[in-house]
Amino acid sequence: MKEEIPELMDHLFRREAGKMVSYLTKIFGLNNLALAEDVVQDTLCRAMETWKFRGLPDNPSAWLMRVARNRAIDIIRREQRFRTFTPDLTYFVKLQESLLPDGEKLAFENEIKDDQLRMMFACCSPAISADVQVTLILKTLCGFGVEEIASALLVSADTIEKRLSRAKKVFQASGALEEVESIPELQSRLQAIYDSIYLLFNEGYNGSQSEMMVREDLCYEALRLALLLCDHPAGKSPKTYALVALMSFHAARLKGRMDAEGCLILLEAQDRSLWNKELIGRGFQYLDLSAQDGEISEYHIEAGIASIHCMAETYERTNWREILKLYDLLFKVKPTPIVALNRAIAVGQAFGPEKGLIALNAIEDLEKLKDYPFYPAALGEFYRLAGRGKEAGEYFGRALELARNSSEVKFLERKLKTRNERS
Amino acid sequence: MADFVYLYWNRREDQARMANSTPEEKQKITQKWMVWMDGLKKSGNLKDFGAPLEFDGKTVEGAKKVVTDGPYAEAKDIVGGFSIITANSLNEAFELSKGCPILELNGIVEVRPIRPLQGLK
Amino acid sequence: MADFMYLFWNKDGKSKMEKASPEEIQQIMKKWMGWMDALKKSGNLKDGGAPLEMTGQVVHGGKKSVTDGPYAEAKDVVGGYIIVSAKNIQEAVELSKGCPILEGDGMVEVRPVLKM
Repeated sequence: MKEEIPELMDHLFRREAGKMVSYLTKIFGLNNLALAEDVVQDTLCRAMETWKFRGLPDNPSAWLMRVARNRAIDIIRREQRFRTFTPDLTYFVKLQESLLPDGEKLAFENEIKDDQLRMMFACCSPAISADVQVTLILKTLCGFGVEEIASALLVSADTIEKRLSRAKKVFQASGALEEVESIPELQSRLQAIYDSIYLLFNEGYNGSQSEMMVREDLCYEALRLALLLCDHPAGKSPKTYALVALMSFHAARLKGRMDAEGCLILLEAQDRSLWNKELIGRGFQYLDLSAQDGEISEYHIEAGIASIHCMAETYERTNWREILKLYDLLFKVKPTPIVALNRAIAVGQAFGPEKGLIALNAIEDLEKLKDYPFYPAALGEFYRLAGRGKEAGEYFGRALELARNSSEVKFLERKLKTRNERS
Repeated sequence: MADFVYLYWNRREDQARMANSTPEEKQKITQKWMVWMDGLKKSGNLKDFGAPLEFDGKTVEGAKKVVTDGPYAEAKDIVGGFSIITANSLNEAFELSKGCPILELNGIVEVRPIRPLQGLK
Repeated sequence: MADFMYLFWNKDGKSKMEKASPEEIQQIMKKWMGWMDALKKSGNLKDGGAPLEMTGQVVHGGKKSVTDGPYAEAKDVVGGYIIVSAKNIQEAVELSKGCPILEGDGMVEVRPVLKM
């Protein structure tokens, strides 16, 4: 045992599980994903049994990877005798050559990054539906357990099991984990990855469950996966950078979005000193990178909007006219009622509540917003600012009826109380 | 080389018989153990002589932390002690265990690999 | 002070970890490390003992018949042990109550080591 027990990095096992599954799947083939998962489970249990008596090894990640690799070598030797499966033998040879003495950094960090990327592309195969893709990513790349995914995505554990077994059926027919470069529909596959990552992020950011910790974890995992994409020639593109920038700006504000009672705090009331400066810095860094070749995607525009919020010292001093310009642009690329709603709010902030109310009432497709509490809430807010407390009260009341979780209820109840205050 | 633990098990029903054995019998058994242990030490296989255990004790069980008297009662047999052995393989450790005097007294030696620090088999 | 051996029993020979998520495994390990560390700091941990593989071989007396795997007369299997030093068996039992194995329905057998 060591003199002082070093603090084990938070979520180390979860993260390493994701790495090991990708890496073992590269060796065993996609059709043997279940085998890879078994080896990982075994490795983590082995680590637990050993470390609890002996303390942490010098390099826990390398320890785990080495044990997983040795298990893989055992299995391949044994199975080869029965010729039951065809592992990637060139990779296997490389694997054996990479045997290193204890404690040394594994020589194939980069290979493992590539494995995770290959896995990401495999999870986003067009043969797999979008909800299954996100589930699969959380399981295989992020190391979440079934129960954890179920609580993060607000569905039953049973549903998650079904999704995973559906995905495994698709994988049954595949052989080796494909090289990213050889994927024929690379661009559309990349778009599916963006969609999954952003969906993952939004589940964390806007998800209605009260368990804050899980939600933040989802956001950071999404960010991690996007950064992984940036490290690979096939994944680094202005759009990827823009997505990283967008998620960084949003993630920077996570700490300020919820009060101690779990009540949502809107931008206008957030304590901006709680925002994560480092993430804002990264946001700007990637926003710069995303501007390289003039491509403008929806992520670019959304990142631009988020950056203006992050730059503003106070809510009142936000550059709303600039934000409105960006929303106009975004509406052209992505003409959804939610974008229209946000655009109308920007109109009201830039040109006064009366103009905001006109813009809100002019939204087409209002039908689609009928269950969305923040539409009546926005109306209520501009009526309040316009000094029309009666209407404000009515709309806040209507929003309250639509509230989807306790955090929204608390927030809208507070709003309702302030209906007669003009500022 | 790898480390193994020998767990020496005594059958519950043999306890009384052992307790009631004559001084002469006890000495004979002790002598056998000493010779066996000495052999392991000389061959370099005995890493830690371990410890013999009293046959009383207490068992704490489950989340309610229920305490019962005596060794774990569900098990028919009782661990009487242990030693740590170094050997080339499980097989070697196991072959060496066959000389253990406990076997002559209807006892049992359980040979278990100790999980290595490096996690390698 | 006297020495006691803690035998850690896993119910049904399993540590119930087959279905646990990586995060859960890490949490349980953290608890173990914390408990062991506290025993060490209080001076009660005499020997850090050893975790045992769930494999092995058993030689039975009499006919010297041999079986594979851990000895499991009662379905339950010893998963590891440590030696603690305590004032008396009561103290040793109290100290064992903090063991995380108990949260998973496991058992700690506390046995006095024969004084030499």
